[in-house]
Amino acid sequence: MNVDRRSFIKLLSLSTAGVGSAGLSMAARAAELMPKSGRRVVVVGGGYGGTIAAKYVRMMDPSIEVVLIERNRQFVSCPFSNLVIGGERKISDLTMGYDKLAAQYGIKMVFDEVTAVDAEKKEVITAGGSIKYDRLILSPGIDFRFNELEGYDPATTPAIMPHAWKAGEQTLLLRKQLEEMKDGGTVLITVPLTPYRCPPGPYERTSMVAWYLKNHKPKSKIIVLDANPDITSKAGLFRKGWAKHYAGMIEYRGAKKVTAVNPAGMSVLVEGIEEVKGDVINVIPPQRAGAIAVKAGVVGPDKNWCPVNAITFESTLVKDVHVIGDACIAGAMPKSGYSANSEAKVCATNVVAAMNGREPVELSGINTCYSSITAKEAVSVAGVYKVDQGKIIAVPNSGGVSPDLSELEAIYADSWLRNIMAEMSA
Amino acid sequence: MKHARSKWSRMLVVGATMLAAVAGAQGAPATPEMLSNACAGCHGTNGVSAGFSMPSLAGQNRVAMIEAMKSFKSGERPSSVMGRLAKGYSDAEIEAMADFFAKQKPAPSEAQKVDLALVTKGKTLHERHCKRCHLEGGKEFDENAAVLAGQWLKYLEIQMADYADGKRKMSEKKAEKMKPLSRDELQAIANYYASVK
Repeated sequence: MNVDRRSFIKLLSLSTAGVGSAGLSMAARAAELMPKSGRRVVVVGGGYGGTIAAKYVRMMDPSIEVVLIERNRQFVSCPFSNLVIGGERKISDLTMGYDKLAAQYGIKMVFDEVTAVDAEKKEVITAGGSIKYDRLILSPGIDFRFNELEGYDPATTPAIMPHAWKAGEQTLLLRKQLEEMKDGGTVLITVPLTPYRCPPGPYERTSMVAWYLKNHKPKSKIIVLDANPDITSKAGLFRKGWAKHYAGMIEYRGAKKVTAVNPAGMSVLVEGIEEVKGDVINVIPPQRAGAIAVKAGVVGPDKNWCPVNAITFESTLVKDVHVIGDACIAGAMPKSGYSANSEAKVCATNVVAAMNGREPVELSGINTCYSSITAKEAVSVAGVYKVDQGKIIAVPNSGGVSPDLSELEAIYADSWLRNIMAEMSA
Repeated sequence: MKHARSKWSRMLVVGATMLAAVAGAQGAPATPEMLSNACAGCHGTNGVSAGFSMPSLAGQNRVAMIEAMKSFKSGERPSSVMGRLAKGYSDAEIEAMADFFAKQKPAPSEAQKVDLALVTKGKTLHERHCKRCHLEGGKEFDENAAVLAGQWLKYLEIQMADYADGKRKMSEKKAEKMKPLSRDELQAIANYYASVK
């Protein structure tokens, strides 16, 4: 049963030849950027997963060159962006650049858009040219399934009905719309079916919008149209928090899947029949792995997310391409910032192991996630993860939600942000 | 050629079996690094924390850390997420993480605001009550005492409040030294340790 690693790799590459060669014609034309001399890992996506993967590969083996490709010069955190919407945080608190990280760990930054991945030639194609890799780590985050919402024009609708599910301009737009809304207005928040990025996010958002309205426009109300039968995360705590602070303001409706939008008439349709109007409408569309994952051929049969090996995060579809963060199917680990951070370290460990001919190491992962209920009170959920029979599971009898909402949880939430942003930025 | 092909197909079978093994996702047991890196999202890379309510773990006394994790696990020590997380680890894993963090180099504490009058008062109180276990201004330790020098003030304040409120239990030896101290005095001691570089 002993096959040495090299022949095994040869076999694998033969068996996967032809997979993931989307955009090959483009590849043929792209000029090679930064010719590869030694061993190289290319990371695509400089968010919660990608920055950490790049950093930890360099920490664990400085002889491996790491190239981090990201289209934006600055990163804006989705975690805590609901507090910007609620008026309790500045977006600058959530924004970071890459200079310190790159300098401190010798990571080569390429600010460009990835247009294709040629898994056969082991090249990433960007607008500026091609970059060769030995291992590719994709941390592309999410994109939206706009086509599942009738009447949604990806070019114009987000400016009218912001999703604010990628932090930045969209966050500020939703904030601005709330500020401009009259007292007595209705805010509609629509929630897609799971899985989507940040399970408690829509309910934290509801809380933060309620916090703003309660203090500035108390005659207003919020209607939550949730495609899921019930609140999908920390349900008891959100209900308790809403009853305590926002009684009469939030109307939560479960099992109300929005299937169409009408930006001109400022309304949405539930299951194509029931029309619901709003003065501010936050449509959170259904989601899938970021577009890069589609280009790399790593999206699975569900057409949305990327199946991966549970300890190496290597795509089960394309060899030497790893997928971490919201885009991958990570078993019991939720699509959260902390999960992406944790997955990145597991992936980096095992990419470095593979590149040095060592056996992979079992996954040990954590998720910690805080949600704000008011400006001063928060709730949390935490989990520890391991692999059992090829799947990521929560370690039995561990993890769970905070017993209550509290000011102490909010203090820890603030430190959570400081630490995790510090880990990513330096 | 025929021979070569049969060898080839045999290799394919072996390859497929190995693929299955990989899909089954097995590896060497989680190393101390693997276990500990997961903590760094909140406790900082290699245990040097940047968030003021979460303590740095780099250079911590391994005995103190093992005790802390076990008391989080049992629920004896109050916490936010730590109790829920500690339950996810075996005693052997806790020891492996404590070994890992004990070996990490504590970074110079980031500039944090401390009250200089309280620092002076705290230093005197430290000399009188704490220095037998928290040696060298809290940089060193005796037995199970924690390293406190340069620790985040907010974290120290939360711990002091838990002691004063009776939420966090103390050993007899510790109670003897700490019980006579007022909340203001505990606050002064917290400021002192936070200031030690």
